[in-house]
Amino acid sequence: MKRPAPNAIIGGALIGTLLAVAATGALWTPYEPLKLSFREKLVAPNAAHWLGTDEFGRDVLSRLMAGAATSVWISLLTVTLAVLLGTLIGLISGYTRGWTDRIIMAFNDALLAFPGILLALGLLAVVGANKYGIILALGIAYTPSVARVVRGTVLSLREREFIAASRVMGNSEAFTMARHILPNCIAPLTVLATSMFGYVLLAESALSFLGLGVPPPAPTWGNMLAGSRPYIGQAMWLGIFPGLCISLTLLGINLLGDALRDKLDPRMRGAR
Amino acid sequence: MFRFALTRIAMALPTLLIVAVSVFVLIRLIPGDPAQLMLGDLATPASLADLRARLGLDQSLPVQFGIWIGNVLTGDFGRSISSQEAVLPLIMQRFWVSAQIVLVAVLMASLVAVPAGVIAAWKQDSSLDLGLVATATLLLSIPTFWLGLLLLLFFGLKLEWLPVVGYVSIADNPWAGVLYLVMPIMTLFLHEIGVILRMARASTLEVLRLDYITHARAKGLGEAAVLWRHAFKNAFGPTWTLIGLVLGNLLGGIAVVETVFTIPGLGRLLVDAIFARDYPVIQGCMLFVAFTYVLVNLVIDLCYPIFDPRVTAE
Amino acid sequence: MTTSALLDVAGLTLRIGEAGRTVVDDVSFQVFPGEIVGIVGESGSGKTLAARAVMGFIPPAVRLVGGAIRFDGQDVMAMSGKDLRAIRGSKVGMVFQEPMTSLNPSMLIGRQLDEGLALHRKLDAAARRALILDMLRRVGLKDPEGALESYPHQFSGGMRQRIMLASVMLLKPALLLADEPTTALDAVVQRDVMELMVGLTQENGTAVLLISHDLGMVARYCSRIVVMCQGEVVEQGRSEDLLARPQHPYTRKLLSAMPHRLPARDLPPAKTPIVSVRDLVIEYPGRQGFFRKSTPKRALHGISIDVQPGEVVAVVGGSGSGKTTLGQSIAGLVKPASGTIVFDGKPIAKGEAGYWDYRLNCQMVFQDPYSSLDPRMTIGELVAEPLRLVRDMAPTAKAARVAEVLAEVGLGDGFAARYPHELSGGQRQRVAIARAVVRRPSFVIADEPVSALDVTVRAQVLDLFDELQKKHGFSCLFISHDLGVVEQVADRVVVMQDGRIVEEGPRDAIFDAPQHAYTQKLLSAVPGLESTGEGGVRLFWRRAGNDASIVS
Repeated sequence: MKRPAPNAIIGGALIGTLLAVAATGALWTPYEPLKLSFREKLVAPNAAHWLGTDEFGRDVLSRLMAGAATSVWISLLTVTLAVLLGTLIGLISGYTRGWTDRIIMAFNDALLAFPGILLALGLLAVVGANKYGIILALGIAYTPSVARVVRGTVLSLREREFIAASRVMGNSEAFTMARHILPNCIAPLTVLATSMFGYVLLAESALSFLGLGVPPPAPTWGNMLAGSRPYIGQAMWLGIFPGLCISLTLLGINLLGDALRDKLDPRMRGAR
Repeated sequence: MFRFALTRIAMALPTLLIVAVSVFVLIRLIPGDPAQLMLGDLATPASLADLRARLGLDQSLPVQFGIWIGNVLTGDFGRSISSQEAVLPLIMQRFWVSAQIVLVAVLMASLVAVPAGVIAAWKQDSSLDLGLVATATLLLSIPTFWLGLLLLLFFGLKLEWLPVVGYVSIADNPWAGVLYLVMPIMTLFLHEIGVILRMARASTLEVLRLDYITHARAKGLGEAAVLWRHAFKNAFGPTWTLIGLVLGNLLGGIAVVETVFTIPGLGRLLVDAIFARDYPVIQGCMLFVAFTYVLVNLVIDLCYPIFDPRVTAE
Repeated sequence: MTTSALLDVAGLTLRIGEAGRTVVDDVSFQVFPGEIVGIVGESGSGKTLAARAVMGFIPPAVRLVGGAIRFDGQDVMAMSGKDLRAIRGSKVGMVFQEPMTSLNPSMLIGRQLDEGLALHRKLDAAARRALILDMLRRVGLKDPEGALESYPHQFSGGMRQRIMLASVMLLKPALLLADEPTTALDAVVQRDVMELMVGLTQENGTAVLLISHDLGMVARYCSRIVVMCQGEVVEQGRSEDLLARPQHPYTRKLLSAMPHRLPARDLPPAKTPIVSVRDLVIEYPGRQGFFRKSTPKRALHGISIDVQPGEVVAVVGGSGSGKTTLGQSIAGLVKPASGTIVFDGKPIAKGEAGYWDYRLNCQMVFQDPYSSLDPRMTIGELVAEPLRLVRDMAPTAKAARVAEVLAEVGLGDGFAARYPHELSGGQRQRVAIARAVVRRPSFVIADEPVSALDVTVRAQVLDLFDELQKKHGFSCLFISHDLGVVEQVADRVVVMQDGRIVEEGPRDAIFDAPQHAYTQKLLSAVPGLESTGEGGVRLFWRRAGNDASIVS
């Protein structure tokens, strides 16, 4: 097998690290993420606290690790929700066509008319801003994109001759959908889910930054950045490390996503 | 072309309707008496009764929706609970602030990123290409709120070149106003370069594979003519669509940048309203942003035939 | 020859990557001014790469390892970019295969045609416009002025190919490279475009290098033929000589792959036809836009056709003739607007008594081997799937049947565990056939089963089909746009045009004495073969008007 592309290696390394940290952060951190210590307020990075402490004396590294766990967990659940709902909607819409399809897509497109995090913001106003609220709000906000992609895949699969062959064979529509269409949706869904994980993580951080995410004192990278603002002049490290973590994570996801797409679409390898 | 335009516009109308219904339903999902929610702490029995009558709360939901939409179409979005101002003028004022930042940033980013992306595709796999792609990927991986924070730290606090907090309208004081806008615009500019460059590059690569490009070369045209006269126009379509999506996204996403730089824009208005449970404002913002997004995408769609005449033929 | 070669390719060798495959190996041939030379080969022969190299178009992944290409005495590979651009278009022109993607979709036709002319000739705009209009008229466009202001998508494939020819011939190049110029077109349109191309080039003294997989077409128009296989030139020479006395085994293989006629067979008369169609009408709903209400389009205007047990009926026609729709409606994929389809005497609607008998016994082989197999299933699973619906068949019996059928189509030993993407086009089509016959059906609809395959593979699959049909005796509706292909397999031929049957009859009658003008036109594109003594053939062409004459 050929050596994997540098994209995949770097991306894989970054995401691997993230997942490892998230897993450990859920179980163990050097210090208690929530433990206050007024003696150790705003200490710059040193041997005892590798990444320094915040205004309450809490260890930044520990909070970052715990935040990783929270963010990853929330993002995974959100993506799962969006994928499940979106696939169901997309499958039904793409396969039945006709008026059912048009009505479903009309609603889907209307939801897509709320750009970015606007829908999530609106939903949060209704369900309240906490861990489960975010999962619900973001999950619903991203469902229409998944539905669109799945519907598109189903529509193009329907035109493929192996679907007609299945019908001529005598298979029922339901069997054809389950046996032939659904498994062939998995590849595009995987690519989508990977990049969506990135968007969701970013959205969750943004919401936390705005104060509408996981409420403090529980740490997420977003609310740590928000909390760093008043101290940004005197304690730079508070503002740098959480943002660095988010950036590296997104970079890893983007690189992995690129590598995945390159592998599935070798046509892009230029021809003059 | 006329039929194409009419069809597109007609297709937008049901979307707008469902958007309005969604916003209406969303706010009504909040538990509690709608009139109480709309008036907040300043409710008196008299004002509550008055509002209930005006919203038609004793009648069926569809009728209530009708009343609400009727109000909306005449510009009556209600009054903010926090400030008692009329919601629509408030939104417009804040929108003007956000729009300046978004439009300038996206325009600048497009002017830089589109040619860069096209050239990167032309010189695929060269060090220039790899460098551009790496830069773009890096830039779009950095969240705008962190990038803004870093710019603020560096240019605002350390170098003290630019103001850190607050906002002055250009209408009032052009020179000072611009200074306040520089960093927010730069933040968005840098981020969107990443997004737009990658798309421009990807769609140019797609186009360069096609036969008519080889045909253009076979006619004896030089590389520059092939690239800009033939490839560019055809490749630009998807990027044009993306720019519409970016503009829309920023209508919501600008909230974080406005928070970092304390700019009184539309995003910040919505977020503050959520904290304050200022439902008329929440409702108004959501409706306004969604409608604007649909309109922006409509304009983008209507311009699409310039790049790909085939779409009018359906 | 006293004149020197216009194009002299000597020992051209191209390789992919550092230590990669040699895709063009020591290829040498020449083209003299004014002559038409053809390069024949199947996919992977390297013919397209060699031809494109003539213009200096080598993909970045491919390297020139040896040899030289001299055009008009100059070494193409050593030319500067500027010199290369000077000869491109004005001395050497190129016509491509895909008319759909060879014209810029967002540029007006007039502008595209003007470009090359403006670049290479010193004429003012009015003079250029006059030349362009003239040329458009010459290639057969009815409204040249209108065409100038139109976009490519407003024209059909055949028209676009004519516009391409106009664009290239405007500059009267010394050499025209035609890379599979008519492969993507309908049979009838193909011939018209080829005749146009030959006419134009003879008028202007342009030499032609014609690249194609179609030996028949190449033999018809070219005075000399170069045969390529796996990157090498295996044989070259004058057309008649090559055909009459082929030297290389591959050339002989290509020749024998051209369809030939076997003696007609006598089928025992049967009481009920296996399939009986009466007055079948199929309509496609008009497109529903918001401001549009088009009337439904009729794909079939009342078709009646019978297929006897054991018989092979070929349905032939161009695109839009309705032949595929006919096949799909008999297979049950499309609902008729009116008319009846009866299978073995019983109606085929879902609730009827005869439905399951029909469903199990009427099977279909599809055209595109890359799209008719579910990419996520193994070959074994694909062939076994139809058996799922057979009642009273034990799992062991099913497995045995699958093995048996795979062996019959020549895919025994270990193919069952492989996936479609690991197989070639020809192998995939064998799997599709295996899947269609695994239940031993009494009726098979074959929708263009070999159109997407290479010429030699085509012959193999047709032979397989023939063999299976004779062994198991199923009836067959064989749909094709190519009369040549059906010459070998058909007992009866039905010719369709625009949703109607224009002629039908026994195969020999149709091929030897076609009555309808459209049938004659279709036949004129198909060469007849006459064996010469030494293992070669002589081709003869049927003129429309039914008088066969030999091309010299």
